[in-house]
Amino acid sequence: MTRYFTKDHEWIEVDGGNATVGITDYAQSQLGDITYVDLPAAGASFGAGDTAAVVDSVKAASDIYCPVGGTVTETNGALEGEPELVNTQAESGGWLFRMTLADAGQLGALMDQAAYEAYVKEL
Amino acid sequence: MSDTTHHESEDDAGTPEILNLPLDGWHRARGGRMVEFAGYWMPVQYDGEGGGILAEHQWTRSSAGLFDVSHMGQLLISGDGAEAALEAVLPIDLATLKPNGPRYSLLLNEEGGILDDLMVTRWDDGFYLVVNGATKWDDIAHLRENLPDEVALNHMDDHALLALQGPKAAEALARVAEGETPVAALTFMKGARFTLAGAPAWISRSGYTGEDGFEISIPAESAEAVADLLLAQPEVHAIGLGARDSLRLEAGLPLYGHDLNEETDPVSADLVFAINRRRRTEGGFPGAGLVLKALADGSATRRVGLALEGRQAAREGAEVYAGDACVGRLTSGGFSPTLGHPIAMAYVATAHATPGTALEIDVRGKRLPARVTALPFVSHKYHR
Repeated sequence: MTRYFTKDHEWIEVDGGNATVGITDYAQSQLGDITYVDLPAAGASFGAGDTAAVVDSVKAASDIYCPVGGTVTETNGALEGEPELVNTQAESGGWLFRMTLADAGQLGALMDQAAYEAYVKEL
Repeated sequence: MSDTTHHESEDDAGTPEILNLPLDGWHRARGGRMVEFAGYWMPVQYDGEGGGILAEHQWTRSSAGLFDVSHMGQLLISGDGAEAALEAVLPIDLATLKPNGPRYSLLLNEEGGILDDLMVTRWDDGFYLVVNGATKWDDIAHLRENLPDEVALNHMDDHALLALQGPKAAEALARVAEGETPVAALTFMKGARFTLAGAPAWISRSGYTGEDGFEISIPAESAEAVADLLLAQPEVHAIGLGARDSLRLEAGLPLYGHDLNEETDPVSADLVFAINRRRRTEGGFPGAGLVLKALADGSATRRVGLALEGRQAAREGAEVYAGDACVGRLTSGGFSPTLGHPIAMAYVATAHATPGTALEIDVRGKRLPARVTALPFVSHKYHR
């Protein structure tokens, strides 16, 4: 499994043709206390960069973009009762949705862990 | 104090320069996450243990929160004729304003539109006004233009303003404030002079959270010592602007620039209490003709509270629907930490403004059910 990152602070962990998507720990720290996550419906298809979810914090609502194109297969039901999981476990139990990839080649445009860490350090 | 005939808040290129308040370094040293607000760098929240908007909000509701509101304008209006001059620009009845008790009032334009909301206190040496930070330069210009020359307008920009709010604010403040009047003797909307950390302090029992609490005006050079002293009390945490906003929204208190602006008037804003009784018959304040007509006839729209179901919040600008008809728009909205569901303020057509009315709010094409709710959402706990 390989994990990739976007400049908009989403992560995507790829396992063959399937992937799990969430937001990074840096993103959750910037958003602050998360009170609600508007998740896509299973079966919904998105292109790379499309708004796939919305994360509400006490401060504001933030769009979450689909890192690469694909179709949603499952969403994280635990977030319905515990949206704060995105704060406490952003890069593990606070994942947002799973998807099948339309074109694995799009992953090449994303950053790896080291590149993302360097990117965040510059912000 | 300095005279305020002149002020440059913009540089030569016309780009607003973000200014630092007296406690800028103090906030940064305590993990304040600084954002631009009303032209100043201010802490939206504090990082670290006990920080974050939700934790700060809950701390204020259960203990005591220290807020820096030094961006607000503190003005002193004095001189012969100040009382009459002030009544000519505000719908206030100063004959009923006793010394040292702040009262809420409104700066209105000739159409009855709200230029700002403010507090007025009668001091020995004049009238002390606290106005909003984002509007203070316009307020000063408006007042100077409308006050006679013999009435002095001083901008107390050498003063900082703090707020200590919450159920334990009184016991924390009483431990450190020295004065002829005990802190416990102040009731809601009363004030007195104290000494705090060796500095002269004007303290009133008032605030913007719905909790019992105090607003504290001190010389800027003493701001750090006073903030240190208050924060050293075990009941007190520093609280940022984020929680200030969620607290005031729960308390049903309007925020200028969002819930109030020049397009809103005291009747639609449901602030009729700010038009003091004598002025409702006598008029004589800016926009009186239109305001008194609206008072008699009712207004087309009204500021209301809306309680949402579920957890998804609706924000400022979202449209409010009754069936297919758009009947209003949100002016504030967010998640209520105390209630555990989202709340909002909106202006809606008066026919839909009755508490209990079921409406819907459009959020990104999704209709969220909401119900008109009497304000405040969270009951006030003022020490009367």
